[in-house]
Order: sequence, then structure tokens, then C-alpha cells
Amino acid sequence: MILALLFDTLLAVAMIVVAVWMISVKNAFAAIIDFMVFGLLLALAWLRIEAPDVGLTEIAIGSGATGVILLRARGLARDRDEMSATPSIGFKILVGALCGGVTLGLAALVLMPPDPAPTLAYAAAENLHLTGVGNPITAVLMAYRAFDTFLETVVVLLALLGVWSLTPDRFWGGRPGPAPAASVPAPLTFLAQWLVPLGVLIGIYIFWIGADEPGGKFQGATILAAMWVLLMMAGLTDAPPVTSRRLRAALLVGPAVFMAVGIAGFWLAGDFLAYPPDFAKPVIIVIEAAMLISVAAALGMLLAGPPMRESEP
Amino acid sequence: MSLILDLFTIVCVAIGLIFFAAGTTGLLRFPDALTRLHALTKADNLGLGFVVLGLLPQTGSLFDALKLVLVWMLVQFAGATGAQLVAMVLRKEGGGK
Repeated sequence: MILALLFDTLLAVAMIVVAVWMISVKNAFAAIIDFMVFGLLLALAWLRIEAPDVGLTEIAIGSGATGVILLRARGLARDRDEMSATPSIGFKILVGALCGGVTLGLAALVLMPPDPAPTLAYAAAENLHLTGVGNPITAVLMAYRAFDTFLETVVVLLALLGVWSLTPDRFWGGRPGPAPAASVPAPLTFLAQWLVPLGVLIGIYIFWIGADEPGGKFQGATILAAMWVLLMMAGLTDAPPVTSRRLRAALLVGPAVFMAVGIAGFWLAGDFLAYPPDFAKPVIIVIEAAMLISVAAALGMLLAGPPMRESEP
Repeated sequence: MSLILDLFTIVCVAIGLIFFAAGTTGLLRFPDALTRLHALTKADNLGLGFVVLGLLPQTGSLFDALKLVLVWMLVQFAGATGAQLVAMVLRKEGGGK
């Protein structure tokens, strides 16, 4: 008991120290590394309050994928002066005040909750068994909050459109990212050849186990995307052109299947995104698998960045 | 029996933590980047190795135990590759000071 309290206190203090460090450090690279470390500590904190699903997502998306995207952005911005403008002191104070307000509001809610705390958890949990999905998080996300989950994948696509819209006209239709390096360090090639098969297996496992245990499509998709990016970095494969039909099919299959099931719900179950009784679990797994492909493709392309070379004739 | 297993866990995790502490000390105190890298990878493979070894008797099933060993192997794999790549850059730039 006392040990747990000690650990939690240490964790909380470490998080605050890293957060302060992150916003006060002058060097962008150091700030991004701090951000990733903060994400790992945050995931530990989620685990401590028994929210492993959130912790997994934090490590995969919050710390890992976002950290790498920030590093890529820094690499692209280094040779552009107009990108390195620093915010004014007034703007910094405004942002600080807003963040502080949000923090104090959340703290007030957590430390002084209304009694009894408002909750729909019991009502929600009563009917979750009807989905046949064992992990309550996945069940809630796919049953009660299906529309939100659908929109989340659309948001990832919108982010990719934002990245692609940065393409200079002359490169449109080309392959994303810079040309593969002429010589790839041998250790990187070795890592890619050995890790990718294993990583793909782990990514699919994390997606599959998400039906009954902590895990799910977003976490699995992040691992799959990481493996794809590793292959691109090692020069074992090249990114598909942004106009590639197969790439676009992969990007759209998730939202399309979700949409189709949603519309079919009108006939089969009497409402948009309602699942036919007795078939809820297979339908959910089909949607999740399609979303896994789309999210993995979108995250991989997000990491590859906008096209930066001439398209092949 | 469980007392012996618990003791085994405590001893192994403690040894692992000593390697982590040594690796961290090396990272902070060693004179140049190459030796610091060396200290860091020691913490990765031996430190985490002993922690995983100590936790093996505490797992409920063979599958969970295999997963722990896999995590250790993946960390070693990533750490070793990362260290090699950083060291290659250092050698290109010369000195590693």
C-alpha cells in the first residue's frame, strides 16, 4: 500500500518535471524527445488507474506515432526560415492560461466530484453482453459510440489530406517522402528484414485480442504502420504513388465498410449503425478489420509525408 | 515453494535494477558518446534480462512467460540496432566526442 503510494507520487512528480522541461527547453529535438518520454509516463499513469486500453493507445498513437510525426515535421521545417518563427510572449501567456484553466477544471472534477457521481456505466454494462464482444472498451466504442469511432477514422484520413495538400504541384502524383537513400546502413536492413514479419504478427495479434482483452484496431494499426515505415526507411520497399488505386482503396475500405454496415442497419436492425441481433460480434470484427487496414495505411502515409520527388512517367 | 520463487524474483529483479542503475550512471558519467552508448545497451540487455528472468515465475501461464521473453528480445533488437546506427553516425563525423 505504502509502496504503491510512493510509486504513484514519484510518477506524478516525474510527469510534472518532464512536462515543465518540455515547454521550457529551447531545442526542438529535445522537446520532442521529452514529449515522447512524457507519453510513456502518461501510459504508466493510465495503467495505474486500471485503464490499459487508454495506456496502449497513448503509447502507440500519443507517444510513438505523434512523436515520429513531430520529428519528421522538424526535419522538414529546419531549412525554412518562416517556419521557425517563435510565438510572442502574449500568445504564450494566453496558451498557458487556457491550459491552466483546463487543468484546474479537470482537477476540480476529479478531486470534488458531485455525490453520487453521474454515471451511465451500469446502464451501459447491462446490455453489453448482447454484442458478444468481451472487452467492454471495444464493445462501447463499437456499439454505443460507433458513430464517433467511424468519425475518428475519417479524421485520420482528413489529416492525411492535409499532409498531401502540402505537395508542390510538380510532385503531385509522385511517391511520398524523399527518394530512398542510396546506401542503407546494414544494421537497419537487418532490423527491417527480421522485425517486420514479427511486427506484423504482433500488430494483428493486438488487433485480434482487442475483442476480449486490452488492444484494438488503432493500436494494432500503429504497429503495422510502423513496420511499413521501417521497410520504406530500409529501402526494401518504396511508398506507393499518392494516385495509386490500391493505396486509395486501402485508405477508404474502413470508412466504406463502416458506412455500408451503418446504412444496412436501417434494413437489418431498424436504425443507422444498428447491428442485427446475434450477428453483432462478426459484424463488429469485419468493421474493425477493414478499419485496421485503413488506419494502418493512413498512419504509414502520414509518416511518409507529402511527395517530394518527380513522379515517374 | 512459492517462498523460494518469490525470493528468486526479488533477487533477480534487484540484480536487474543494479544493472539499470549502473547503465544510467555510465550514461551520465562516461567521457564520450561511444562509451555512453555501451553503458546504455548493457542496461537494456542485462538489466531488462534479469528483470524478465525474475518475473517469469510470477506469470500465470507459459504463454505469458513467452510474451515477456519476446518483449526482452525485441528491446534488445531495437537497442542494438539503434546503438549501431548512432555509432555509425558518430564514426562518420569522427571522434564521437
